[in-house]
Amino acid sequence: MRTLLYSLVSAMVLAAAVPAFAKDKLTVYTYESFTADWGPGPVVKKEFEAECGCDVEFVSVADGVALLNRVKLEGGSTKADIVLGLDTNLTAEAKATGLFSPHGAVADAKVPGGWSDDTFVPFDYGYFAVVYDTEKLKTPPKSLKELVEGSADEKIVIQDPRTSTPGLGLLLWVKSVYGDKAPEAWAKLKAKVLTVTPGWSEAYGLFTKGEAPMVLSYTTSPAYHMVAENTQRYQAASFEEGEYLQIEVAGITTSGAKNPLAEKFMAFMTGPKFQDAIPETNWMFPAGKTDKPLNPAFDKLVKPTKTLLFSADEVAANRKAWVDEWLSVMSK
Amino acid sequence: MRLASDPRVTAGITALAAVALLIGGAFTGLLFEGAHDLSGAWAALDPYLLRVVRFTLWQAALSTLLSVGPALLVARALSRHPRFFGRGFILQLFALPLALPAIVAALGILALYGRAGYFSGLLSAVGGQGWPGIYGLSGILVAHVFFNLPLSSRLFLEALQTIPADQWRLASQLGMGPRPAFRLIEWPMLRAALPGIAGLVFMLCITSFTIVLTLGGGPAATTLEVGIYQALRFDFDPARAVALTLLQVALTCLVMLCLTRLGANTTGDANLPVAPRRYLSVGAGETILNIVLIALALLFVAGPMAATLAAGLGADLGRLAGEATVRQATLTSAGLAFVSALLSVLLSLSLTIARRALALNRRAGPRSLLEHAADTGAGLVLVVPPIVIGAGWFLLLRHAGDVFAIAPIMVVTVNAVMAMPFAIRAIRPAYDAASERHERLCALLGIAGWARFRLVDWPSLRRPLATGFAFAMALSLGDLGVIALFGSDSVQTLPYLLLARMGSYRTEDAAGLALLLGLVCLALVLAADWLGRGEKA
Amino acid sequence: MPIGVTNGAASGAEVRLDKVSFSYGEAPLFFDVDFAASKITAIMGPSGSGKSTLLNLVAGFEAPQAGRVLIGGVDVGAALPSARPVSMVFQENNLFAHLSVEQNVGLGRSPSLRLTGDDRADISEAIARTGLAGKEKRLPRELSGGERQRVALARVLVRDRPVLLLDEPFASLGPALRDDMLDLVAGVHGERGMTVLFVTHQPQDARRIGQNVVFLDKGAVAAAGTADDFFAGAGPEAFRRYIGAGAGDPVSRDIARKRT
Repeated sequence: MRTLLYSLVSAMVLAAAVPAFAKDKLTVYTYESFTADWGPGPVVKKEFEAECGCDVEFVSVADGVALLNRVKLEGGSTKADIVLGLDTNLTAEAKATGLFSPHGAVADAKVPGGWSDDTFVPFDYGYFAVVYDTEKLKTPPKSLKELVEGSADEKIVIQDPRTSTPGLGLLLWVKSVYGDKAPEAWAKLKAKVLTVTPGWSEAYGLFTKGEAPMVLSYTTSPAYHMVAENTQRYQAASFEEGEYLQIEVAGITTSGAKNPLAEKFMAFMTGPKFQDAIPETNWMFPAGKTDKPLNPAFDKLVKPTKTLLFSADEVAANRKAWVDEWLSVMSK
Repeated sequence: MRLASDPRVTAGITALAAVALLIGGAFTGLLFEGAHDLSGAWAALDPYLLRVVRFTLWQAALSTLLSVGPALLVARALSRHPRFFGRGFILQLFALPLALPAIVAALGILALYGRAGYFSGLLSAVGGQGWPGIYGLSGILVAHVFFNLPLSSRLFLEALQTIPADQWRLASQLGMGPRPAFRLIEWPMLRAALPGIAGLVFMLCITSFTIVLTLGGGPAATTLEVGIYQALRFDFDPARAVALTLLQVALTCLVMLCLTRLGANTTGDANLPVAPRRYLSVGAGETILNIVLIALALLFVAGPMAATLAAGLGADLGRLAGEATVRQATLTSAGLAFVSALLSVLLSLSLTIARRALALNRRAGPRSLLEHAADTGAGLVLVVPPIVIGAGWFLLLRHAGDVFAIAPIMVVTVNAVMAMPFAIRAIRPAYDAASERHERLCALLGIAGWARFRLVDWPSLRRPLATGFAFAMALSLGDLGVIALFGSDSVQTLPYLLLARMGSYRTEDAAGLALLLGLVCLALVLAADWLGRGEKA
Repeated sequence: MPIGVTNGAASGAEVRLDKVSFSYGEAPLFFDVDFAASKITAIMGPSGSGKSTLLNLVAGFEAPQAGRVLIGGVDVGAALPSARPVSMVFQENNLFAHLSVEQNVGLGRSPSLRLTGDDRADISEAIARTGLAGKEKRLPRELSGGERQRVALARVLVRDRPVLLLDEPFASLGPALRDDMLDLVAGVHGERGMTVLFVTHQPQDARRIGQNVVFLDKGAVAAAGTADDFFAGAGPEAFRRYIGAGAGDPVSRDIARKRT
């Protein structure tokens, strides 16, 4: 009982306490799986602290969207120096808040299609992909078109673009392939959709429970199963039309611009010490120089023949209309 | 009687004020932020919204019907057999579904009835083709019944237990068979409890979110709650969130109004219970029927839980238990749930006694607004999504310093208030019955305030308070609401950790954590039960 | 401190309803009546004539719409039931089911059961006086109906207020038991001399211990007088009808009237 109360009280006190160390400190807001024990956070913290002789404090929230919301909520008084974990679909909105400061040095980011943005710097990337269960599906679709027009018996679980990032990714993927014909494509695909979950976790959970042979996920998902679970069972399908790209970025806040450590961290982020940790902790591709070779499992992953991506501004301008379009087809 | 100055009414007003402050503060925060751009609020009112409203109401109404109807029978069966092996365990088990995060329950249900579920082979054989799973309205209904059938059964049972023992004695003396006994004794009591319980279930279903999306099969199955979540989380449009929330509250009010017409007033146990509690002789035929009813309900509820248990046992429990984060989250969850439940029961008790005092005061006149508020009004908080409250308060307080420092307080308060309708359902029948019996005597002897609670109310409220406490605790244990929107390092609860693991491919860990969550809940429910067991009351 | 309470009161207080009007639902009631101090007054009348309401007005469970309730000359209109110099015994629910005999009686002394040694002595004495010695620890459900009402009377003794209201407390008891209880009331009255207002349907109850009779009809006092006069046939026609033909016959007056 006493420990229970103690932990409760300490949880409340901890929340309020601000460590008053004299050492220079860098505060990084990021998402939860980044700072998890198995995520890149612990390695990144150790390496950067050794390099800068400072303290790194991670503050984590559930995901990228929550991250942006938290920064919006805190506004100019945010404690964050760096916000790490937004994706390109959120950057336009993030910039519009005026809470981010352009970075000085252009970091040499390596992402497909190149990178030029004065505010945000990529730290990893991945492709959305249809992941399938080889035990249930012998002949996976070879293109988005095959998926759309294939038999309605082979079900897929997708996410809702209103509430989830991958869901929005698929919407943009279909849009970039089908353009104005996207509603027709969705009308056909609808028959194959087992259900539309609010987030990635629910969809992937249904998929691994065997409810559907396909799920919308990432090309890198099989790498996790190969490396961590030593199984080849789950594979990504390669689509002729190409795969839609997701780039994860970090930016310096206006208050962080006053902290010299922030610039240093951004440079560190695209360097090998950070990037080496990414593939097998965040299960994404590194967006900068690495020292270590990629785990061979990554070589077995689907390599997109073509990279599909709308610019952040295009997404920001059209998202609502496209989601409404999707909604009107899918809710019939 | 001069009850206006009754401290009970004051207590109720205080509780109401606290609730109003919580909701009002949140709305103020949101409107303050969203006032400069109300376009979102107007834009929300489109034809799609009409479809959403229709579906929201339809699924909630059906879910309520399918949960409450069978629950009436199950509760009655349980009350007819007050003593059999495992009865207590069934009742404790019935408190558990509330503690399970929606996705865990959904996966548990799919483990049985899904396309790859245990029953899919059987169901395919029966249907002659591949079992399509339960996606769509059927899936939503199964999941909602899973959550709400056990809940309503327990609450109905609570109401049935306030039937005076003398009435039973009289019934068996008059040779009343089960059917007239139901019609003349049990039904009036159940009917009195019906609007409250049905309203509660309806509110839980109208705000359903994860279940509806995950099992609904597509965006045709969307609730208003999805729109609210989307408005706050993705579009950050506070005005629209408030507009949709108000719509949700208005719709709920309408339904509650209709439900109250179904009800009847109860007189409760007006006389001293002199007969011993063992009086019933139930015929063999009825016994068999009751056994079947209880067994069916048990199978239906225990099935998905067993699947959750089985999945959890597959996880590396030893390693999980050894993780500092897991241990910390377990303590945080248990602590928060405990404090929330305590606060919730306190607030509920205040409202219950105030409502009773007001009802006594007015005699035959029409009910005052205050009495309405103390009665069903407070229940409406359930349809104000926790994320709305959380977001509103964060917006309101953001200039007052580090708002995330108040996250734990936010979680405790919101969970406490959300659990109030459950606690009130559990407490009210017993309090009203006790009051019916003791009111005049207390007035005559001047027993009031703390002395009254200690000597008169506590003995008869002990058990229902424990029930309310258990439900409140289960509810807060499984809640993610306030945290989900912004997250907070300081409040890493078990459900939060569970979803985080699920979100990082660690489904086995998640299953293990679900098991742990269930066990923590069971432990807390057992503790509450133990506390509630008076000497021989 | 409750008003008008005189601890160890050797005598009762006059109860006066001064042009009290009250309505519960449709039927209006009007009472303008005195109850003599230290007397036992039987209140009789047909069902619905307002007997219980009259007691509730005196006890403070109901508030008059007009008029005053005076006890010992003091207007008690503003006082809570517990603050009035009144004890009351109901037909049912006089006891808390989960509290022992001792505790139930003790509540008459302290509503929070904070009892001194003297209090405990008084409680034991009251329990003994009502014939319950040895049953202190019992719960109400372990007692007979008569015993339960004895506990209520024991509490009246411990409370020691100048007015005692009895709302058909013995109606559900058998004749012999009822007589015993009436004798107990009469005995207690002899010792303490409180004013007793006693609602009953039974003429023989009224004759057994009643000194005065107030007869209510249609929500008002139809007649009042001494019990002797009433039962000698001097009561109003309505009273004679109420107790039935022949009740006023002198022969039936031979029922012993015990007074202790």
